[in-house]
Amino acid sequence: MKKSIVIGSVIISSAVASLAYCSGGGEYEGSKWFKPRPDVAPVTNQLYKNECASCHMGYQPGLLPERSWQKLMTGLDDHFSDNAELTAESYTAILNYLTDNAADKSDYKRSRRIANSLAADDTPLRITDTDYFKRKHRELSLTTITHNAEIGSISNCIACHSQADKGSFNENEIRIPGALGRWD
Amino acid sequence: MKKQTLVSASLLVAIHTPLFAGEQLESTIQLYQRQGNLSFSVEAGKTLWNQEITHKQMPVTRSCASCHGSDVSQSGKHIKTTKVIKPMSPTINPDRFTDQAKIEKWFLRNCKWTWGRECSVQEKGDILRYLSQQ
Repeated sequence: MKKSIVIGSVIISSAVASLAYCSGGGEYEGSKWFKPRPDVAPVTNQLYKNECASCHMGYQPGLLPERSWQKLMTGLDDHFSDNAELTAESYTAILNYLTDNAADKSDYKRSRRIANSLAADDTPLRITDTDYFKRKHRELSLTTITHNAEIGSISNCIACHSQADKGSFNENEIRIPGALGRWD
Repeated sequence: MKKQTLVSASLLVAIHTPLFAGEQLESTIQLYQRQGNLSFSVEAGKTLWNQEITHKQMPVTRSCASCHGSDVSQSGKHIKTTKVIKPMSPTINPDRFTDQAKIEKWFLRNCKWTWGRECSVQEKGDILRYLSQQ
């Protein structure tokens, strides 16, 4: 009797867990029971936030593969033409955080897709250069972005993806500033 | 009525009393002074703040004000990423200048980007003296 209760509970909790997991997909319509699992692991490291997210959105480590982060971190004195030098101590801590949580080491939906969209010898320094990103944004014209003062650059995720800083890039969260409004 | 006046008066005092930010700022300025028997001025700092340096790469003209703005009581905007930068004025934004390591980090990064070289102790002192009065 006791055993069957245990087995029953296991089955029920597995069903709940898989339902919760499924709701993280693109079909999520909003439920009061399950929050969607963010499609990229949110940033948790305070040092990373302080050092990197002062100048731009704190891009989640799961948006690029490990080899990209390693390459990017070798040139911080010329970081996309800006200076982002770190002390030796912060450098090591941030490099470890980025590589430990990189796209190719993550089990989050979009991280997997980003990692899988790249050839093994492809080491993009920009998230916007990954095949996955390009495919997802192919309907957008670049001039729409650069001519919109509130967006400015395609690297400015948060300008349109309202939950980008939380690692969530679902289509129904898109709000394009100006006349365009919702995307979906 | 009397009570109201008292409250307003204490509020005024609270606003004008140097905050912790100011204490760290003063100790950093004193540290710089000791490094070369230097003296600093608000005017020199203001000139440095708005001084434009020409570069080969975009943006070709750069100054501290490019990102922080000329009026440091207002928010600035990162010239490239457009991310909002909170005011540099310690009166408006008491979170500024509370950590010596942070002050040095930003001087290093931003002097190199803006002027193409590190700032001298004299320049850093003048800039801090200027900002401390804003």
